[in-house]
Amino acid sequence: MNIMEKLEVLTDAAKYDVACTSSGVDRPAIPGALGSAVKAGICHSFAADGRCISLLKVLLSNDCAFDCSYCVNRRSQDTPRASFTPEELCRLTIEFYRRNYIEGLFLSSAVVKNPDYTCELMLKTLRMLREKEKFWGYVHVKAIPGADPALTEKLGFYADRMSVNIELPSQKSLTLLAPQKSKEKILAPMGQIRDGIRENATDLVRYKAAPRFVPAGQSTQMIIGATPESDRQILNLTEGLYKKYSLKRVFFSAYMPVVEHRNLPAPTTPPPLLREHRLYQADWLLRFYGFQAGEILDDEHPDFDPLLDPKCNWAVHHISQFPIEVNRAPYEMLLRVPGIGVKSAMRIRSARRWAKLDFEGLKKLGVVLKRARYFITCQGKSISPLPMDNPAVIAGAIRERGFAQNGGALQSWQGEALPALEQLSLFTPTPKDKVQCLTGQI
Amino acid sequence: MAANLVYRYDGSLQGFLCCVAQSFFDKAVPAGIGAWDDPQATLFPIKEVETDWQLAKRLERSITSRISPEAWDMVQRGFLTCMEEKELRLLRFILLGYKMGPRVARLSTNEDVHALDKALLYLKNEAHYHVEFLRFTDFGGFLGAVITPNNTILPLIVHHFCSRLNTEDFMIYEKTHQMGFLHRKGGAHQFFQADHIQFPEKTDMEKRCQALWRIYYDAAAVEGRENPKLRRGHMPMRYWVNMTEFQRG
Repeated sequence: MNIMEKLEVLTDAAKYDVACTSSGVDRPAIPGALGSAVKAGICHSFAADGRCISLLKVLLSNDCAFDCSYCVNRRSQDTPRASFTPEELCRLTIEFYRRNYIEGLFLSSAVVKNPDYTCELMLKTLRMLREKEKFWGYVHVKAIPGADPALTEKLGFYADRMSVNIELPSQKSLTLLAPQKSKEKILAPMGQIRDGIRENATDLVRYKAAPRFVPAGQSTQMIIGATPESDRQILNLTEGLYKKYSLKRVFFSAYMPVVEHRNLPAPTTPPPLLREHRLYQADWLLRFYGFQAGEILDDEHPDFDPLLDPKCNWAVHHISQFPIEVNRAPYEMLLRVPGIGVKSAMRIRSARRWAKLDFEGLKKLGVVLKRARYFITCQGKSISPLPMDNPAVIAGAIRERGFAQNGGALQSWQGEALPALEQLSLFTPTPKDKVQCLTGQI
Repeated sequence: MAANLVYRYDGSLQGFLCCVAQSFFDKAVPAGIGAWDDPQATLFPIKEVETDWQLAKRLERSITSRISPEAWDMVQRGFLTCMEEKELRLLRFILLGYKMGPRVARLSTNEDVHALDKALLYLKNEAHYHVEFLRFTDFGGFLGAVITPNNTILPLIVHHFCSRLNTEDFMIYEKTHQMGFLHRKGGAHQFFQADHIQFPEKTDMEKRCQALWRIYYDAAAVEGRENPKLRRGHMPMRYWVNMTEFQRG
């Protein structure tokens, strides 16, 4: 197999991994070494599915010893197998990097022979890349569950970010679909990396030149829609992971039916892209908007509203806290207004120190008045076109139009049909419209 | 008080500052300010403004101390943008600054400040797009890249590549403004002006590397999630012409 075929096979096998971020660490370049890293990360291209390509994301090998039923690389699958040699992968990374195609390497691997052997192979590659080729760019490496903790630690000193995939949102689903993996095996390296990062932080205070352990933190991902967990369970798990394991990111991946198995959704099921989109919206609310998981979803509403994003949903259910006065409201409350994001909230905070804000001015600051107008006043005035006493009316008005017109496509995640909305339309929606309204962003 | 006059200057930042000074001397805002090579014809009488480096330096000091260093920075960067009537807008921004003082940079609801803010955001975003999407080609020993941005972004992106690729010889050519940048291993670097640049033929090694990248690019997309609109949103099609992954056949 030549390098072109290998690259194709091993990229194909790695692409279902969602994370492709190069963020979290600022590492200025040093003379004589190729590369640097910037805190915000840099995307270098966007694939046809709209996902960012930031790192060279490949498997070292797809010759897996495990047999997880949701995975394309499982042992019993009939698919071409390939492995990179460390030299090939280093050459590829360097050549791509100096042409500004990529920001670094995302190294993952199927379990070759056993977890320890796989870890050794990855370690060899990274050592060659960092020490022999003097590569100073970003490296994301996947920890292999079940490997010797000493090896995982060594990997951490070469990598910027590490991740362990939690794969499925509950232990029950794991036993069902990935019999060789278990919650303990997955959480052990995650805890180890967290402790390593904390320990390293105190070392760095003592010695400036101490080697840095996973400076960009760790992330994880889970598959959505292959198993019957509710959105509330997933969101609570996410919040727990952020709090307990101090993760930088939790990624969600809508299940693509790539394999046929009696424990999995039928191959014809469309991937739950809208649900994934809602989960990311909620994830942003947790990380940047000061929301708690319990506020977004509760026992009575265990799933997201397909028609209303989580922030609008919260605002409509807490209409008694609105409207707020933009010229005086605290920043934390501004963040909770639908139509005001982190950027516009910060702009409002800085602009209102110098001038009194009116609606015209808010528009210039980037506030989406279409949604925000129901929840704010400017110098005591409101421009809400609707009476504010019935939250259901407001909810109807700020509903996402794209979905409302495709009433026929509406289903809750569990498959029960939602009442179609009464909407007069001059054009009957085509099947293509339905697909388009469901394509979300990762 | 507007004067029925159009200023013509040499297109440099110093020349523009002299136009600002000229408008102070005339005690009026001109109807327009344009560069020598500006193709636009006008019916107004034209006043030619000489570039005086001393005067420009004086104005720079004055803006920095009497308005704020931040406002000077905005003027400097604003001059790199492709904002419509940028000279006139910047002039009005400076005049407003003399009236309002340092808070001018924060008056984002004023029409001129808003327009400048928007243009600066576009400049910053376009510079970032080029940090992301600029593609080098290896011409056997040195790397070359051609870019076609709307704003003059080259001065804003070179420091990124200088530090990152300090082990490489490279050249970036900005076709729109016929301006280039040359960097040598070890840190020597310079800007230059050139109407046209002829790169050598691609080597076989380079062709293979580009083919590998195209294979990677195609394989990285998940079938069943195609989303051309999202891709265009993140990566405007205007930049595709200079990108390796779209140069096929």
